[in-house]
Amino acid sequence: MSWFKRKMQGVSTPTKEKKETPEGLWYKCRSCKNVMTSEDHVAHSWVCDKCGFHERIGSIEYFRILFDENKFTELNRNVSSGDPLVFEDTKKYTDRLASSKKKTGLVDAVRTATGKLEGHLVVIGCMDFNFIGGSMGSVVGEKIARAIDYSIENKRPFILISKSGGARMMEAAFSLMQMAKTSAKLTLLAKAKLPFISILTDPTTGGVTASFAMLGDINIAEPGALIGFAGPRVVKETIGKDLPEGFQTSEFLLEHGFLDYIVERNDLKSNLSIMLNHFQVK
Amino acid sequence: MATFLDFESPIADLNEQLEKALEIKAKGKVDVSEMIKDIEEKISETQKEIYSNLNPWQRVQVSRHPERPYTMSYLKNMTTDFVELHGDRNVNDDKAMIGGFAKIDGHSIMFIGQQKGENTKMRQYRNFGMANPEGYRKALRLMKLAEKFNKPIVTLIDTPGAYPGLEAEERGQGEAIARNLFEMAQLKVPVICIVIGEGASGGALGIGVGDRILMLENSWYSVISPENCSAILWRNWEHKEQAASALKLTAENMLENKLIDGIIKEPVGGAHSNREEMFENVKKAILSNLKELISMDAEKRIEERIEKFSKMGVVED
Repeated sequence: MSWFKRKMQGVSTPTKEKKETPEGLWYKCRSCKNVMTSEDHVAHSWVCDKCGFHERIGSIEYFRILFDENKFTELNRNVSSGDPLVFEDTKKYTDRLASSKKKTGLVDAVRTATGKLEGHLVVIGCMDFNFIGGSMGSVVGEKIARAIDYSIENKRPFILISKSGGARMMEAAFSLMQMAKTSAKLTLLAKAKLPFISILTDPTTGGVTASFAMLGDINIAEPGALIGFAGPRVVKETIGKDLPEGFQTSEFLLEHGFLDYIVERNDLKSNLSIMLNHFQVK
Repeated sequence: MATFLDFESPIADLNEQLEKALEIKAKGKVDVSEMIKDIEEKISETQKEIYSNLNPWQRVQVSRHPERPYTMSYLKNMTTDFVELHGDRNVNDDKAMIGGFAKIDGHSIMFIGQQKGENTKMRQYRNFGMANPEGYRKALRLMKLAEKFNKPIVTLIDTPGAYPGLEAEERGQGEAIARNLFEMAQLKVPVICIVIGEGASGGALGIGVGDRILMLENSWYSVISPENCSAILWRNWEHKEQAASALKLTAENMLENKLIDGIIKEPVGGAHSNREEMFENVKKAILSNLKELISMDAEKRIEERIEKFSKMGVVED
């Protein structure tokens, strides 16, 4: 069994000679494990070229996908959370906010901006799931409300990309009332006869589903997104049975009549442009 | 036999003494009238003391007291000519959400509210006051009916939440609540919303957008129940008392934070201890608010309603 024995002693590869792949050069699909270069993945709008899995992305990526030449003016960039309830569970809310800001480089869970989408002047809001689960507190409500005001003042269509676990518990009833606030503001947009396009992405649940996300003149979703009011775990506990396959996915919602259509991220921009053309007042 | 909450044990003890004394009195051999008077006074003193000092978790308990009056009790005792209206004209009639026209002091008003059951069988029938999408759509249908005939709307909120079931998701629980928030913001008639018990999350807000938002003294209103908040943030139910304090869910807290417009006093010992007084207080609150609202122009009312909700929240620029 001599081939089992190491003939040469002390064989080792020094660390600097080890051939490790540099971080970020490759992307491995979370769904089908397909490996592609990160460059291709980005060029593919962060969608797997083999199985079509839509990776979760944030406002930076969506703005890059949607705004012409990635040029836009951000609105109310520095609006940030207070701590009205001096909330503390296992951690202080202010500490949670600080660490989220540090980790993500964001100010809160939504960014709003205005710019051109294939030439159409629009206002786009996009939620960031990385920031405390994309939860809606006072800042999210306020920035969406101000973005709607801006849309009305400047007669621009409003597009909102939802990606959120729901209301932010650490702002309790303040968070709850953001549902009423954003919905009430949308009535003003409707009165001004300006289109509101709601894009639901993975995941959109709770108070966000039960307010603006479901109130689009057009409700669009990305394929395979989790969309619901109660989370799947809660529903499962309530009925005491396993959930049917595909429950609360985009396809499920389309089937039950709550979405106008599903669009792949690669087609999102051109699709929105067609839709905006339809809405244009001649 | 009255039900006593854990913090009411001194009252429960006195009540037991009182019952014994009444038994002796019934036998008629010994004169115990002095003693009975004494105990009754003590009960009322103890009750006053306990109820002047309730912590948030205790208020949550009072809001869920099994003898607390529910929506239907208010309608039957506080109004006349109540006619219940059923169905969403689409799927079915949600038993957890009731509504219909009724009169107070000559005003025809559309009343809508969640309904809990008063015994085990009825609690199931009413789905514990947890409405399905049909409930919210029935509520909206009735609101539109009231608007058409220019009648004010009063909603009575009392729910542990919108029902998180499989069919509720299939029929669009989120959409149903969202639609109500949207439509209620623009209703041309006066809308008064009163939290009479539990005001849990979107399920409560789904009939909670109005010109005046009022809360009963021992009701609660928040984004989540203290138990579920504890389960999510502390990963167990043991911190419900702490969660109740942290959520600032009492009527007093909500008024301080400018999230509601007023508080309706409850009798000492909670709404259930003197129902007649409770009905009277709610009726007075409805009438006084209605008087102010009716005198306003409809457009102005809508503008102020939206403005009020727009101001809610605390941000730093």
